[in-house]
Amino acid sequence: MSRPRVRAAIRWLCTLAKRVNQETLVSVVLTAMALTAVSGLAVITAFIFKEGLPLIMKVGLKDFILSSDWHPLEGKFGIFPMVVGSLAVTAGAMVIGLIFGLGGAILLTQFCPPRLVSILKPSIELLAGIPSVVYGFMGVVILVPFIREHIGGPGLSVLAASIVLGIMVLPTVISISVDALQAVPRPYREGSIALGATEWQTTHMVMLRAARSGIVAAVILGMGRAVGETMAVIMVAGNTVALPHSPLDSVRTLTSNIALEMAYAAGDHRKALFATGVTLFVIIMILNTIALRFSRRRAGGTRSR
Amino acid sequence: MHRVTIVLCTAALGAFCLGCGKGKGKAVSVIGSTSVQLFAEMLAEEFNKRQPEGSNAYVEVQGGGSTAGIQAVNNGIAEIGMCSRELKPEETGLTPIPIARDGIAVIVYKDNPVSGLSRAQIRDVFAGKITNWKDVGGSGKPIRLITREEGSGTREAFTHLVMGSSRIAGSAMTQESNGAVRELVIHDPAAIGYMSLGLVGKELKTLTVDGVVPSAADVINGTYPLVRPFLFVVKDTPGEGAQRFIDFVLSDRGQQMLEKEGLVRVK
Amino acid sequence: MRHNPARSQILAITVMWVLAALTIGVLLFIIAFILAHGVPHLTLAFLSEAPRSGGREGGIFPMIVSTLYVTGLAVLIATPIGLGTAIYLTEYTRESRLTAVIRFGADCLAGIPSIIFGLFGFVFFVITLGMGLSVIAGALTLAVMVLPTIIRTSEEAIRAVPRAYREVSYGLGSTRWQMVTRVVLRSALPGICTGVVLSAGRSISETAAVMLTAGSSLTLPRSLFDSSRTLSLHFYTLSREGLSMANAYATASILILAILAINLSAYWLMRRFVAKVS
Repeated sequence: MSRPRVRAAIRWLCTLAKRVNQETLVSVVLTAMALTAVSGLAVITAFIFKEGLPLIMKVGLKDFILSSDWHPLEGKFGIFPMVVGSLAVTAGAMVIGLIFGLGGAILLTQFCPPRLVSILKPSIELLAGIPSVVYGFMGVVILVPFIREHIGGPGLSVLAASIVLGIMVLPTVISISVDALQAVPRPYREGSIALGATEWQTTHMVMLRAARSGIVAAVILGMGRAVGETMAVIMVAGNTVALPHSPLDSVRTLTSNIALEMAYAAGDHRKALFATGVTLFVIIMILNTIALRFSRRRAGGTRSR
Repeated sequence: MHRVTIVLCTAALGAFCLGCGKGKGKAVSVIGSTSVQLFAEMLAEEFNKRQPEGSNAYVEVQGGGSTAGIQAVNNGIAEIGMCSRELKPEETGLTPIPIARDGIAVIVYKDNPVSGLSRAQIRDVFAGKITNWKDVGGSGKPIRLITREEGSGTREAFTHLVMGSSRIAGSAMTQESNGAVRELVIHDPAAIGYMSLGLVGKELKTLTVDGVVPSAADVINGTYPLVRPFLFVVKDTPGEGAQRFIDFVLSDRGQQMLEKEGLVRVK
Repeated sequence: MRHNPARSQILAITVMWVLAALTIGVLLFIIAFILAHGVPHLTLAFLSEAPRSGGREGGIFPMIVSTLYVTGLAVLIATPIGLGTAIYLTEYTRESRLTAVIRFGADCLAGIPSIIFGLFGFVFFVITLGMGLSVIAGALTLAVMVLPTIIRTSEEAIRAVPRAYREVSYGLGSTRWQMVTRVVLRSALPGICTGVVLSAGRSISETAAVMLTAGSSLTLPRSLFDSSRTLSLHFYTLSREGLSMANAYATASILILAILAINLSAYWLMRRFVAKVS
């Protein structure tokens, strides 16, 4: 071979070698990162279950979840009042989240001029950015005294927590519902209008039905957020370990329980808090699975039609 | 584009490392009672000001509750634990160092007509046996109980001094610090709570207990019944920085600062 | 027909506008309330001084530094690892049961209450690993908390890039890494940035998990192993204990302004980037 060709060949080999090396290096680094992330997340899950499950076994699942006797310093670990507290507060929050959230989503997708949409949508996302302690603070300063003076009870109540949480989950509910409504194929809307229906009739008879699975997914994910909120609830719910008999009673949620007792819990008490964590984990897993099933059904359903 | 990113990242890393280098030696970690916390923070502020730059004696104070403080000392994450109650018999291996004495005040809304209760009455109120203000001479509103979390030294001391063997009612609303209890009672006409006497301030009404007004003077001469110690708790021998802080707190200057804030000095 | 469809439409639209107005009204009210009470106290002295008398007087400089350290570190740690994992899952392995399980796990962990991460961080980083209440324990806990979110949003963004882009890139002779960096990541960048900004916002607002890992000391952190108090925790403490409402409002104002700034700059950066690319 002539010299220039040899040099060209060597150069080509070098670049190839460099590229192969770069590829392998990149592969290795990325694999390492993925392994770190996945094993880290797995470690956390394992840790929580390892600390919490043995205590649930020891106390008995039925006694742990259904007993109302929470006296950890005496060895009694019944979390039923907190479970009911979480459920009550979440349910209340979802009522608000559904009404305002769905209404907002319908407005944004069906009845809003595009100019306004470009202002409203970022504003809703801004709502999501406000820290939960600020929401809690506003609840304490404005909502709680209002409830105490004009409605009744101590003010620190299921009602206060529901309203605050409802506002906090709005961005989640709105954005996922908007996605669901926007995913409905245009022919549905156009066909309905062409048949003579008004836009509102189209919305509630066609669009909402078509986007139903996505909206359910939005509500469920909103519930997940509501169940997980801690600080705002500690500030406005009263933290009583007792079953609420009315929305004006004060309650303690599962997350507040962990936050309040985390610092000083030891031994079985700490394990009980991890067990509460396991309960929350399971609840979120169930909610996520349901949400996933609904969003898949939506995607599959509209395509097959 | 890539070069800019690399330069920025290195600069950021460098900034963090610079931050790393400045502190020679670990800070003295003081963890525990929220009753003691505010006073300890002020003492630490004064103490830190007097230390040379980068010394070992840099004090950090945080709350969490008396039991949390004791555990932090046991776990090794704190050198000094703050405690607002006596050590329990099962809390062995720790040395308590009294730094002040404080009263527990029973607080109500400023305009509450009731001005005093007996210890037995307080016990029955908090146990849930007396549920309406009119049963103790007030208006016809239902009594709203405010209590502290179970790991609180103030709650423990209150239970020991007032409740005896009765439990605090399950209907009580739990707050996680003295300040939170105070803020709640300031705004709720039907509420009753208990907190550190040194932190009460002017916006609340304190009840007399068995006829005795809760004041520093009555705490000193022992007539006010609800008194508990403020302790610094250490395990084995404290490090040099921790020892210097303890000495400062027990010195005349430190004790003067505590007295000015409403506590009772021990030295 | 018995009812007039046109009338029910007007009624429905009115109701929805009222609801929307209430929603926006609440948002504007909260921001206006906090800023109105807080901005008058935002002086340069306030931002550069240390707190005195337990936070009742003085400024919030250590809190600003602490927030930058804790949340900055958390995002710096979580973003490369999360992005790398997302790239790995989408471009470097085949779709399998394992990847589906990982995806589900990441989804679940992204939804787990932050207090559980706090509990984990407290027991694992602070006590077991012996870091004590420190900036690094707080940063690691927050990093672990936002990692699933970054993985999921990055993955969604990368998968949204059309297959054609990848095929064209290969067709032009690129290596996989070149294709990933120069084609896929460039298109997916807005989505990835959304995830990172979301995580940064979540880290700044996080209070309970930070309280028990980074601590709540008023002092300036001199190193990564010192304890410190972040802005949101300081606001919580000041307002809860009634130490100084003026300072509380001012702290909250800084928090809100910072979050507004992050969101706005991310929005602006993304628009610039999208304009440049298309």
